[in-house]
Amino acid sequence: MIDAPQPRPDEEEGFERPAPPERAPRKTAPIVPAQNIAGRALVVVIAIMTFLSCVTFGAVTLVRDTASVWENQISREATIQIKPAEGLDMEIALATAAGLAAEFDGVKGTRIIDSAATMRLLEPWLGSGFDIGQLPVPRLIIVTINEDSPPDFKDMREAITTAVPSATLDDHRTWVDRLVAMAHTTVTIGIAVLGLMLSATVMTVVFATRGAMAGNGHIIEVLHFVGAEAQFIARQFRTRFLFTGMKGAAAGGVAAIVVFILFSWWSSRNMATPQGDQAAALFGNFAIGSAGYLGVLMMVIIIGALTAATSHATVVAYLSDLEGGQTDGG
Amino acid sequence: MIRFENVGLRYGMGPEILRDISLHIPAGSFQFLSGPSGAGKTTLLRLLFMSLRPTRGLITIFGKDRARISRAELPLLRRRIGIVFQDFRLLDHMTTYENVALPLRVRGREEASYRTDVIELLKWVGLGERMHVLPPVLSGGEKQRAAIARALIEQPEILLADEPTGNVDPQLARRLLRLFIELNRLGTAVVIATHDLALMDQVDARRLILANGRLDIYD
Repeated sequence: MIDAPQPRPDEEEGFERPAPPERAPRKTAPIVPAQNIAGRALVVVIAIMTFLSCVTFGAVTLVRDTASVWENQISREATIQIKPAEGLDMEIALATAAGLAAEFDGVKGTRIIDSAATMRLLEPWLGSGFDIGQLPVPRLIIVTINEDSPPDFKDMREAITTAVPSATLDDHRTWVDRLVAMAHTTVTIGIAVLGLMLSATVMTVVFATRGAMAGNGHIIEVLHFVGAEAQFIARQFRTRFLFTGMKGAAAGGVAAIVVFILFSWWSSRNMATPQGDQAAALFGNFAIGSAGYLGVLMMVIIIGALTAATSHATVVAYLSDLEGGQTDGG
Repeated sequence: MIRFENVGLRYGMGPEILRDISLHIPAGSFQFLSGPSGAGKTTLLRLLFMSLRPTRGLITIFGKDRARISRAELPLLRRRIGIVFQDFRLLDHMTTYENVALPLRVRGREEASYRTDVIELLKWVGLGERMHVLPPVLSGGEKQRAAIARALIEQPEILLADEPTGNVDPQLARRLLRLFIELNRLGTAVVIATHDLALMDQVDARRLILANGRLDIYD
């Protein structure tokens, strides 16, 4: 039986240790360690998913902007076509129709395509050196429209056909409608792809964060048993994972911006070449604009916040499990 | 200090792990909690630590009804209880000093305010020269002493130890037991969960024996 006062344990044989060499004091270790293998994998996964999401977002922005440019360019002009008719003085008819069109509000100007220009237009089919006066060739008037307040095309059409019966007004509505429908479809598909991409990113980030958190269960337990409040424990992990998430997301976002800049540089470098012209015809000037860069920044913030929120929820769930599924424990 | 009256506990819809447990742990007392493996010793310790709530019965801890203790109060009350595990539960990325200081750090105290206390305690448990070492290079006995120091740093009113000598040789187990006795003499109530009869035979202390979910007390 032990019943007498005992010596202090460090005075006992076996508890003595040789003095270690002097060493510089190190900085206090963080409660949640900065990096482990799961943490590094999480950074890589978040970086990849952010990169893919940002590229998708940039592509959607580009398609949307290009579609908008197509719409505006087409709807900026209308065409009056006058077909030759028995007894019609073409030059008078052209002047009358142009004058009538110019009177309408929303018309910025009119331009008659003269005989020389019309011949140039027909040259690929009819060759050069023909007499345009001998052929029943329709003539055109280009009407430039104020796209912010376009004229009433119905009234204009009625006024022109009343004065010149063989004239027709084409406001390119059919073309514009087709292009708008196509552009909207393209943007809708882009948004759907972006939605899927973001959903995949959210789920990947959530599962990767939970995976990384799985290795930290012992830390949560120890903090719980030394009397740490649940909010304190959650805050430690939230801060660490917010940093981890934003680090990964920033890496992915920067990589996406580099890709945008490279494409923009390639596009401007190849501006006068056939490849460049083809790309420009499809996408206009290949630049994602400030909305795209703002989107990348938002993506980085959202993914960082998502990582932090997931770690918070995991800590709360873990503490709940620790309490035997009971709700105590703060 | 802690009183159980007809306490029962079951997990979910399973059978009762603990049945009609009634006990009183007075301040400054020393007792062993024993019983075969799976008898519910750890579960009883978790009830004492307020990590679990009983499915029936009344538990009074530090004069408060366990059922009426709010979430916000729980960590504050737990700080009055020290707990030591068989597997030490030290954080491997922190030095011995940092592990022992952890309970003070989580309360938001500045290091300058506790540095001397932690060093004194580490010396008291015989780890004065091992304070800047990471746990993976400590021996089993050193780890256990570090875990005990961590449980004691806030001068708890009661210390709960779950199989504290399970991972050490008999000689070191005897030394650790002396450490607990010394602590008890300084005024801390001690509950040691163990199934090591040889260890219990070394001290004339109250024994709480758990078997088939019921508790027998031998004063």
